[in-house]
Amino acid sequence: MSDNKGDEKPVESKVDQEEKRVGVFVCECGVNIGGVVNTKAVAEYIGTLPGVKVTSVNKFTCSDSGQADIQAKIKEHNLNRVVVAACSPKTHEPTFRACIEEMGLNQYFLEFVNIRDHCSWIHMWEKEKATEKAKDLIRMGTERAKLLEPLQASEVPVTDKALVIGAGVAGMQSALDLADMGFQVYLVEKEPSIGGRMARFDKVFPTNDCSICILGPKMVEVARNKNIKIMSYSEVKAVDGYVGNFNVKIEHKPRYLDVAKCTGCAKCSEVCPVEVPYDFNEGFGTRKAIYVPFPQAVPLRALIDKENCINCKACAKACQSGAINYDMQTSYTDLNVGVIIGAVGFKTYDPEPRHDFGYGLYDNIITAMEFERLLNAAGPTGGHVVRPSDCKEPIRVGFVNCVGSRDKATNIYCSGVCCMYTIKNAQLLKEKRPETDHTVMYIDIRTPFRAYEESYNRSRNLGVKFLRGRPVEVKEDPVTKNIKVRVEDTLAGEMRNLEFDLLVLATGIVPNEGIGQIQQLLKLSKAADGLLMEAHPKLKPVDTTIDGVFLAGCASGPKDIPYAVSQGSACAGRATILLKNKKAITEGITAVVDPDVCVGCNVCIPMCPFQAIKFDEKAGKANVVKALCKGCGTCVAACPTGALEQSHFKNNQILAQVKNVFKFQEVAV
Amino acid sequence: MSAEAATDTKTNDWEPKIVAFCCNWCSYGGADSAGMGRFQQPASARIIRVMCSGRIDPLHVFNAFLEGADAVLVTGCHIGDCHYVNGNDKTKIKYKYLENVAHELGIEKERLQLNWISASEGEKFANFIRDVTAQIKKLGPSPLKPEGVA
Repeated sequence: MSDNKGDEKPVESKVDQEEKRVGVFVCECGVNIGGVVNTKAVAEYIGTLPGVKVTSVNKFTCSDSGQADIQAKIKEHNLNRVVVAACSPKTHEPTFRACIEEMGLNQYFLEFVNIRDHCSWIHMWEKEKATEKAKDLIRMGTERAKLLEPLQASEVPVTDKALVIGAGVAGMQSALDLADMGFQVYLVEKEPSIGGRMARFDKVFPTNDCSICILGPKMVEVARNKNIKIMSYSEVKAVDGYVGNFNVKIEHKPRYLDVAKCTGCAKCSEVCPVEVPYDFNEGFGTRKAIYVPFPQAVPLRALIDKENCINCKACAKACQSGAINYDMQTSYTDLNVGVIIGAVGFKTYDPEPRHDFGYGLYDNIITAMEFERLLNAAGPTGGHVVRPSDCKEPIRVGFVNCVGSRDKATNIYCSGVCCMYTIKNAQLLKEKRPETDHTVMYIDIRTPFRAYEESYNRSRNLGVKFLRGRPVEVKEDPVTKNIKVRVEDTLAGEMRNLEFDLLVLATGIVPNEGIGQIQQLLKLSKAADGLLMEAHPKLKPVDTTIDGVFLAGCASGPKDIPYAVSQGSACAGRATILLKNKKAITEGITAVVDPDVCVGCNVCIPMCPFQAIKFDEKAGKANVVKALCKGCGTCVAACPTGALEQSHFKNNQILAQVKNVFKFQEVAV
Repeated sequence: MSAEAATDTKTNDWEPKIVAFCCNWCSYGGADSAGMGRFQQPASARIIRVMCSGRIDPLHVFNAFLEGADAVLVTGCHIGDCHYVNGNDKTKIKYKYLENVAHELGIEKERLQLNWISASEGEKFANFIRDVTAQIKKLGPSPLKPEGVA
């Protein structure tokens, strides 16, 4: 903890005395900035500010020629501070830091001014005001730049182990790829079996192959892989630390049987007298209070559902391996990992509370997920789609698309997969029973990607009818229990009254349960759709703003299976950069104590959520442990004596910006 | 600023100057998202980026008023979403104090506002700037604005 004894001070004071020679580079970003802000006028004005030695306007400052211009001007004018006025620092700050570092300048001598996202893009029709605002913003940045001090980014070691949260198809792919590259992976799954939602699908579009037939072998592969430790029926309870060194607490929920002894023979289930609705089958059919989650479950082990168990102990008598243990307690494991991949999945929209299209009011309206289970040969009806009211096989089947999607009352986004699975579901039933009649009621049919449109055509050729319109009224015939739908055929421009034996709702993708908890544990952001947010929607789709944390699958937006699998692999690839290099670079921005000013009042210590400030008893002063400091600056604002400063966000640097928001008007009235 | 000039600025196309403190992770990202979504807003705000709203010091806020800010905005992540665990909780506490001092100084409550804006809430950010600008346009320039400052 002796890593800061004011040893950087001599460097700072030397730099302070140096004359500030600032170069300001204004980017036009094609027409993104140049089309609104008069960049020439801005550069001309900025050139008149004290200390500014050169200004330059580039079409694309981030391009090779733009960067070459910066480097040439650093050399030509012996610049020691660089201001780039362009897009968001979130996009290109690293680019220009590297650019000036190549010329021997400390990377923290760069000031990045945002005149695109915060100016030209939001004042598109106020060109003069935008130009004036750009001048203000760059003046603020230029004055701040003069006060910037050199900092050193530090390296931290990376533990070469990974945690993958969620063992759906995306998480399994991440785990497999990392394990195959030789890294130890902990795969945590809150359900008793890995496999995720894909394990429940019947067949998957566009090729209509059996879902569990392609997923099952992958699940077994995960279980067999020596580098993967599956922690099923477990949840992440605490995450501490930072990139390269996350300390994670995993809670193992009790299965009430010894996994090592259980063989998955399910003899216990046979004798259990309690029957409850079978969640794996979307509530159709029943399972016992002691049960194996589903036939292909990995691990293939039973568990007791204590909420419904009546404690008759019949299972303990039936179990030949003596695996049952009614006194099992919740247990915990502490892990240390270098990277975390969040593949926390999704759930389908629940139309029950709002009774969308009569769901929950009438028996013969089911969700697509329920339809999947009915279609499935291993499902509650052995693959016979029947209607819930009388268990008869329906002839006329209606499908309503965009339930809980593309609707201001629920979710405005498109879930992306519902068109395709509805097309597939109609196809599958039509193939099984050609006498059935199918009508899909849609807003738009969306079939991007390979073989999707072909699958749509195939459905039409099979005779599935597509009607563009959203039902305006759904009623049940009290005698036949048929569903009567009033819908506008918007292509024909007329109202239709249709009658169906069964109505299937294509429910969309919504955030999974517990996503809020994971978001808070990993300190991630949520996007407007309630799903987790990536670092950049295009260029960093699987990274997050937290170094060492990645996102795969539907955790960060609706996705189909190929997309989720690609993201799983992408996460593994991104994570490997850290795991293989065994080190990560962290920001040099931290809090710093001036021991001459510190009075040892300890106000700062409880301010720090990372316990980075220790009280040095001997000196009677606060001391910042740099390795633990994350550089938020909260302690700095709390310090009553001004002894604490946040490097790169010092008071004088912030105040220089505040002061230069304004300028004195030269023209009197 | 004289009363005459003040009325003048109210009727004319006067644009207030608003200093907006944004945290790097949420509200600054929200302002970026407003840009990406092209949510048009008055050219009144000047954003100053800090790593966490917890860094925002009363010193910064009152200096902004003394330099001539017509309004000062303190923004950060939603409670519970702080990148640094709970910096915004501390901001919330500090903000109460800021409000009291501002009140003592005779600064109207519209001129100092707190808002939590996530990185995805571009539209919310734009609406916030639009609303505050409209409120300040009604009030006119800040009574603390030094003469001759634009």
